[in-house]
Amino acid sequence: MIEVIDLHKSLNGTEVLKGITFKVGKGEILALIGKSGHGKSVLLKHIVGLIKAECGKVLINGDDIGQSRGPAREQLRKKIGFLFQGGALFDSINVFDNVAFPLREKTRLRKDKIGERVLFELAQVGLSEVESKFPAELSGGMKKRVALARCLITDPEIMLFDEPTTGLDPATARSINNLIKETHERLKFTGIIITHDIYQIFSIVQKIAVLNEGRIELIGTPTEIKTSEDPLVKQFFQEITLEPL
Amino acid sequence: MVNLIQRLGSLLIIFVEKLGKTGVFLGTAIFWTFIPPLKIGRIIKQISFIGVKSSFIVILTGSFTGMVLTLQTYYGMEKFGAEALLGPTVALALIRELGPVLSALMVTGRAGSALAAEIGIMRITEQIDALEVMALNPYRYLIVPNILAGIITFPLLASIFNVVGILGGYLVGVKLLGVSQGAYFGEMVNFLDMKDITIGLYKSLSFGLIVTWISCYQGFTTSYGAEGVSKATTGAVVTSSVLILVWDYFMTSVLF
Repeated sequence: MIEVIDLHKSLNGTEVLKGITFKVGKGEILALIGKSGHGKSVLLKHIVGLIKAECGKVLINGDDIGQSRGPAREQLRKKIGFLFQGGALFDSINVFDNVAFPLREKTRLRKDKIGERVLFELAQVGLSEVESKFPAELSGGMKKRVALARCLITDPEIMLFDEPTTGLDPATARSINNLIKETHERLKFTGIIITHDIYQIFSIVQKIAVLNEGRIELIGTPTEIKTSEDPLVKQFFQEITLEPL
Repeated sequence: MVNLIQRLGSLLIIFVEKLGKTGVFLGTAIFWTFIPPLKIGRIIKQISFIGVKSSFIVILTGSFTGMVLTLQTYYGMEKFGAEALLGPTVALALIRELGPVLSALMVTGRAGSALAAEIGIMRITEQIDALEVMALNPYRYLIVPNILAGIITFPLLASIFNVVGILGGYLVGVKLLGVSQGAYFGEMVNFLDMKDITIGLYKSLSFGLIVTWISCYQGFTTSYGAEGVSKATTGAVVTSSVLILVWDYFMTSVLF
């Protein structure tokens, strides 16, 4: 479970988060939508403890990640998988080593078991025969899939997706969204997705939060958001519809 | 006038702040050096990158430095009939000063800039954040192996520089200018102390720490974009080179 309580943050003198509060229940996925530059990625980085809040807290299964240090923070982070916008694959090692990396570093699994797990996770994200390729040799969609396999290999309880479909063509974006849906049905993780593909994620998420100028403007089920009369939400949906895919 | 004082004051604050951050960075790296397990594989890889791959450029610059040093020294000493002291003069200059300093400067240009660029690109492409999210400490994986590799390889590279420099001097002094082989090497043994060699090695060791520390810091704190990486790389080379020369002066004045 993720609980964000009254989170405030300023960057370079500008207040980016102005008292964010919301909760994502166990096994639920929340979509975070809003215009670019309104603090979505900053919020996600607070949840994983990459940025320290000025005020407020983020609770992961009841533990404050901002206040945790050393082994306690490591334990919290072990529960979280984070899919970065660009994939954040290690470019000096190949796909196999990238996906195997968390297991090699954090577990005592035997080499052959790690190999099996890597091939299994790559197959789950629809990739095969790419193990020996380097990230620079992959397309944008393949990089996202490899990054997702690397996140999932440690069976995280919580998954955070930072714009998983940005920069991809509509067909690849749809396949990534389907992959997230299938993975959620299989693993039942708690998740947050930052996305602009609003219509595609309606069937994936249980809640949608609209972030505007550092505040949560509205939070509700996909149906509630879709039928909302809030002028900002209506305007946002109009803009998204007009945007070319 | 008030504006000028304000500006100077803010520059001073920025300088002190940066100095503090650089110090904290080194302190954190030293702390993680003593927390097991050390990443032996990465240390060996970085020894190869910083040391083995720099050896050609060090041999090349070392031999020519020894040759030109011998040439210049010979022309000076010939006027006083002191050619017999050619060997020890070349050896002392190389072992005490030129070997540690020039090899460090060469490695800064080759490996220091590459380290800053590599870590900088990892920073802007969120690879360092990915390490943290995986509950892996970036100091343990990126910084400690580089610093240890620097401390191990710089003295070895300086030693190679000294040896090829002395051999280059031998080629010019003995084979080209006709100084006797016995005088070149014999006098060298008489004039050189073990202290000269050990202090030269201490210098190289500290230069290894300085170059890897500054280069890693510049890469680790890279700001966004290609311009950020470019600034980090330039900053790594310029700051390391200046610090090598300043630190060399202090070490020489204290140790000799």
